[in-house]
Amino acid sequence: MASRELESMYQQVILDHAKQKHGFGLRDGASGSSHQINPTCGDEVTLRVHRASDGSIESISWEGQGCSISTASASVLNDLVHELSDAEATARIQAFRELMQSKGAIEGDEELLGDAVALGGVSRYVTRIKCAMLPWVAFEAALAS
Amino acid sequence: MTIETNIRTGLDGAEVERIRSDFPILGRTVNGHPLVYLDSGATSQKPRQVIDVERAYYETTNSAVHRGAHTLAGEATELFEAARATVAGFVGAGEDEIVWTSNATEGINLIAYGMSNTSLGRGGAAAERFRLGAGDEIVVTELEHHANLVPWQELAFRTGATLRVIGLDDDGAIRLDEAAEVIGETTRVVAFSHVSNVLGAVNPVAELTALAHAVGALVVLDACQSAPHLPLDLHALEVDFAVFSGHKMLAPTGIGVLYGRSELLNALPPFLTGGSMITTVGLTESEFLPAPLRFEAGTQRVSQAIALAAAVDYLGAVGMDRIELWEAELGRRLVDGLTGIPGVRVLGPAAGAERVGLASFVVDGVHAHDVGQFLDDRGIAVRVGHHCAQPVHRRFGVTATTRASGYLYTTPDEIDLAVQAVADSRRFFGVV
Ligand SMILES: Cc1ncc(COP(=O)(O)O)c(C=O)c1O
Repeated sequence: MASRELESMYQQVILDHAKQKHGFGLRDGASGSSHQINPTCGDEVTLRVHRASDGSIESISWEGQGCSISTASASVLNDLVHELSDAEATARIQAFRELMQSKGAIEGDEELLGDAVALGGVSRYVTRIKCAMLPWVAFEAALAS
Repeated sequence: MTIETNIRTGLDGAEVERIRSDFPILGRTVNGHPLVYLDSGATSQKPRQVIDVERAYYETTNSAVHRGAHTLAGEATELFEAARATVAGFVGAGEDEIVWTSNATEGINLIAYGMSNTSLGRGGAAAERFRLGAGDEIVVTELEHHANLVPWQELAFRTGATLRVIGLDDDGAIRLDEAAEVIGETTRVVAFSHVSNVLGAVNPVAELTALAHAVGALVVLDACQSAPHLPLDLHALEVDFAVFSGHKMLAPTGIGVLYGRSELLNALPPFLTGGSMITTVGLTESEFLPAPLRFEAGTQRVSQAIALAAAVDYLGAVGMDRIELWEAELGRRLVDGLTGIPGVRVLGPAAGAERVGLASFVVDGVHAHDVGQFLDDRGIAVRVGHHCAQPVHRRFGVTATTRASGYLYTTPDEIDLAVQAVADSRRFFGVV
């Protein structure tokens, strides 16, 4: 038995991503990398950006210790980055950040955010937004590094 | 000869109900459920008796202490010093051995900075025993809260001393064999917790203190998780310094205690300096008051100190020995319940072994954050994460645990609700 709010935060698609962990396992040949820690819980993620020869983002690879929200968030991010330019990637990071800050008020653009819209329920839980943001912050830093 | 027949027993259900009615917050709901507050290890809830004392102080007596000559100043100073005497009595200390701090963290920093000020040449000959330098060693254990670890790391960096760590066995007990090897002629300070805020075991204070004193080292006891939960007699424990925080024992935030043996406090140079801690102030140098006022610079936290005295009066009226027994029962019930769930591992003493009313645990396949969120959905407040004790988590190969911690107002039914919710969280997150 769980409340509707809790069910909406932990949608099946999120729990599936948390188990499947798309992109898990660090690979060599990265153009940039970032290690992020959530100091309140000790969760951490290391994320690398891999680029194609034209400079676009080919993929990410990541590893980390974290709750289902941060793990699922890294997994959905993995599915969103293929063949993006840095500008497109930054737009997606921004859209996700807005979704997380929305306190449940916006739905999230599925075109732009794919499965990440399912994380929208997290935005009602102030204590968990950091968990969802962790891999995205790592991605942002890895792009810049 | 009379035979003592008055064997003290723990609290009973009816008494706990009466106690609960003193805590207004326990009447609220969270997410549509009655609040089940199992985060007393982080901070306790406050009874009306404490809240009322603080309110009454502001409504009738509020004034700066040790400064004015008017009536309110006199009354406030009397209350403030009476509070010191009350708290001293509660922990088996002398009045002049109790220094008010903001919390335990500040207390430990006060000792550490007093020692580094000595190492810089302050305090004169009397402070010589606090001087640290290369070749000296500070000893802590692997289970310390960051508050009893980071200040010692920093003190070591500032003075050139070396920090050494006593390890734990697989049940989380401090390894006394290792302690006997680590503590030696070069040891100057041994700092450890009375009760771990993660493992819930009561640590061997007498043994560690004996090892330290045998080599002339000072003992600093972190009593944050013992002062609220069991009878504490600091003179009997023979420790040199001790710290605890009021907010974990029914008092407001912003008030804590540093205990130091009188002779030591009077030799230790001050940490914070300024008004209220001086006798004569010249333009280039000043003289300081004796302890404890030497360590109480600036306008003091009067309402909080008075409220802490009200809190220990409340605890004393219930009886710390009885609270200890009640919480031991809660701890046993909690650990029995949790270990009965497949895939749940409790850190610290095994089921059946002595512990306070606290347990940190791991649910295989479900992260602590998710367990905590599931419990919160049912109005159950627990702590998740590393509980400001990363090294002990690393020792047990985890980054985060879920911790349930009770107090005198916690009921067996609440423990059962939490245990049931942990079991249900496994189903919710699909690990069964
Ligand atoms: C064992 C232990 N030591 C030290 C502290 C630090 O207490 P405070 O944060 O009140 O200074 C705590 C509580 O957080 C604790 O549980």
